[in-house]
Amino acid sequence: MDLSYGQQYENFRREVRSFLEENKPSQGESPLSSGRRQRLVEWLSLQIEHGYWARTIPKKYGGYGAEPDLLETVIMDEEFNRAGIPRGMSSQGPSMLVPTLLEHGSEEQRLRWISPTMRGEIMWCQGYSEPGSGSDLASLQTAAKEDGDDFLINGQKIWTSTADRSQMIFILVRTEPDAPKHSGISYILLPMDTPGIEVQPLRTMSGDLGENSFNQVFFTDVRVPQANVVGKRGEGWRIANTTLKHERNSLNANSEGTMMKLMRLMETETCNGVSAMASPVFRDRLMQLQARSMAMKFHAMRMLTCSLKDEAPGVAGLITKLRNCQLNFDISSLAIDVMGELGALYDHTPYERDLGYWQAHSFFSLGLIIGGGTAQIQKNIISERGLGMPREPKPAKA
Amino acid sequence: MDFGLSEDQILLEETLRSFLSDRVPIERVRELRHEDCPNDPEIWGSLAELGMTGILLPEQSGGSELGLLDACIAAQCLGHAVTPTPFLGSAVMVPMALAKLDHPEIGTWLSGIGSGELRFGVAITETFSVREGAGLTIEGGKVSGKAMMSWDICGADFILVASGSDRLAVIRGDADGIGQTRLATTDETRCTSELTLENVECAAIFEDASESISRMLDAGRIALAADCLGACEAMIEQAVAYAKERKQFERVIGSFQAVKHMCAEMISELEPARALVWYAAHSFDASPSETPLLACHALSHVSEIGREIASVATQVHGGIGWTDEQNLHFWFKRIGVARGLLGGPHWLRERAASLQNLDKAS
Repeated sequence: MDLSYGQQYENFRREVRSFLEENKPSQGESPLSSGRRQRLVEWLSLQIEHGYWARTIPKKYGGYGAEPDLLETVIMDEEFNRAGIPRGMSSQGPSMLVPTLLEHGSEEQRLRWISPTMRGEIMWCQGYSEPGSGSDLASLQTAAKEDGDDFLINGQKIWTSTADRSQMIFILVRTEPDAPKHSGISYILLPMDTPGIEVQPLRTMSGDLGENSFNQVFFTDVRVPQANVVGKRGEGWRIANTTLKHERNSLNANSEGTMMKLMRLMETETCNGVSAMASPVFRDRLMQLQARSMAMKFHAMRMLTCSLKDEAPGVAGLITKLRNCQLNFDISSLAIDVMGELGALYDHTPYERDLGYWQAHSFFSLGLIIGGGTAQIQKNIISERGLGMPREPKPAKA
Repeated sequence: MDFGLSEDQILLEETLRSFLSDRVPIERVRELRHEDCPNDPEIWGSLAELGMTGILLPEQSGGSELGLLDACIAAQCLGHAVTPTPFLGSAVMVPMALAKLDHPEIGTWLSGIGSGELRFGVAITETFSVREGAGLTIEGGKVSGKAMMSWDICGADFILVASGSDRLAVIRGDADGIGQTRLATTDETRCTSELTLENVECAAIFEDASESISRMLDAGRIALAADCLGACEAMIEQAVAYAKERKQFERVIGSFQAVKHMCAEMISELEPARALVWYAAHSFDASPSETPLLACHALSHVSEIGREIASVATQVHGGIGWTDEQNLHFWFKRIGVARGLLGGPHWLRERAASLQNLDKAS
């Protein structure tokens, strides 16, 4: 056990810190708020120039070109977090498409798409789930039929975050209808302004149509060149699994900040003249959550160590999403409980606490328990891959 | 950055696990429960030969001067094998209590623990929980009163006793005026007693020992959490193995999602708790200011997930898990009894809040 980062990394931390102090966007002009695309592109480009974004992406694709170093990534994340500034841009282009192109894309695709995606010039959305294909994603039915050098796409996608403001979509479609379900799928890139694409917003339980908007996307005879396939035709499932792995990694949200916020709420929230923190019942629940939050923090350090040493974490590496998502939901549940009858206030109503954060966080956490592989799918993965338990036998065909 | 066990620590774990499965298999534990006291001097002697009893002792006392994390690896193995042994009291709490205290006999006592020649009982429950009018008073070099749920009194050469929250004393196990009543619990692998003392001569008295008492309790809590974690681990292993063999409805029951999800829940709770116990143990030596809070969280959290794991792992076995013959109950009870020792989860959480001054809110 040695939890120090060492001199070389502490130097790197100082560099990041001084970069942030010099270049931190001033309050009220967050480069990430909508309508400031040019400002966003400049900000991301500055980060790339200093190597704090697109750090390990080769120079020829518009990155900084450094060797991968996990500790540097952790330090950058820690320092940007501390400064309250997002590092880069957490959307599906940089987090899911770019790693997939680096692994499976053609040279032409990499040269064309990676740089503008990392600079925020192009927004991407992900077209995977369909109304009839959720947990059983490989059963997807959106069809791409060969038509000369093109495909004609017909079908429907759902849960498509940011489809309403993306220029591009990466999509899974069935190109080989006669192949077994896992080997008939292709991974295709196409512009959202292609004729035949219709986007309809999908209002969620949070009522939110803002930054985390969901949509349905309908495809009617949408024409796309066959050259837009990533990897080989029929290999989309395997390629998509690379992206899903990236998605699961990006869902490892740390609960420390939310715990701090909950503690501040409990100190200030009063009922009958007494603060929530003065209630032994609420305090006991808070301490249970604090222990769980700490356990997940140390678990993340253990998993980081496994990655650094290139060791397989075994079953311990499969449980993070299941436990973190439940923990986040439970944290917001306690916050809502301590506010009593005011805990349900929503939608910018007077007396709302923390600008309505807690109800929104509760809805969002519930969404994450389901999204990116439901808790039940996670438990199948944990028991089958982690504990070596047998798969559910397939029912005999009637 | 290296959050995990070293090669030496992994070797320690492997060595102790294989020793215990050879020498103290569950059949041996079953025999020992019929003795007056389950603590088998032979096991203690073997643990001493393996260097386990001296794991925390300074080199000049013949110990290996390792850290609490190493001791916790040992405790986890002992919990995994439900081994009856005074390890937690004699090899963890007593050395940590005496570490910073001054008395000419301490060197001899610690060497005796390290060599396996001496075993200590501990009567410290009243430092955090006073029931049944218990409590010890020290006057004129003699200690009197009653201590509940004292550990490993049977056959102890010495007993470490606490009076109030700031005084410690050591008495000889065979001193005049000592009365002992075994308090049998559900856990047949631990020795617990009521100790009554009437003007018992002290071999040593330590005034102003509150710091030592705190360190002793922190170490004890973290090591007890590790013991409990090991027992949880063993229950999950048994449940998963059973689910892969047992057939019902012409399928192994481990292929039913209902059963698989029970196992997934258990292991997903266990793994982060392991990291919490490791970190708490590491902090004891590397970052002691953090330790009191972590000790409370480690033991209370493991107690909570332990109760659930003990219940669910038994349920995976169905009716057979509820029988004496299946042996699963040894782990169930070890976990259940640990929950009450050294504070209990609700008390520990209130202490955790208090350490952060959260209970001062108005």
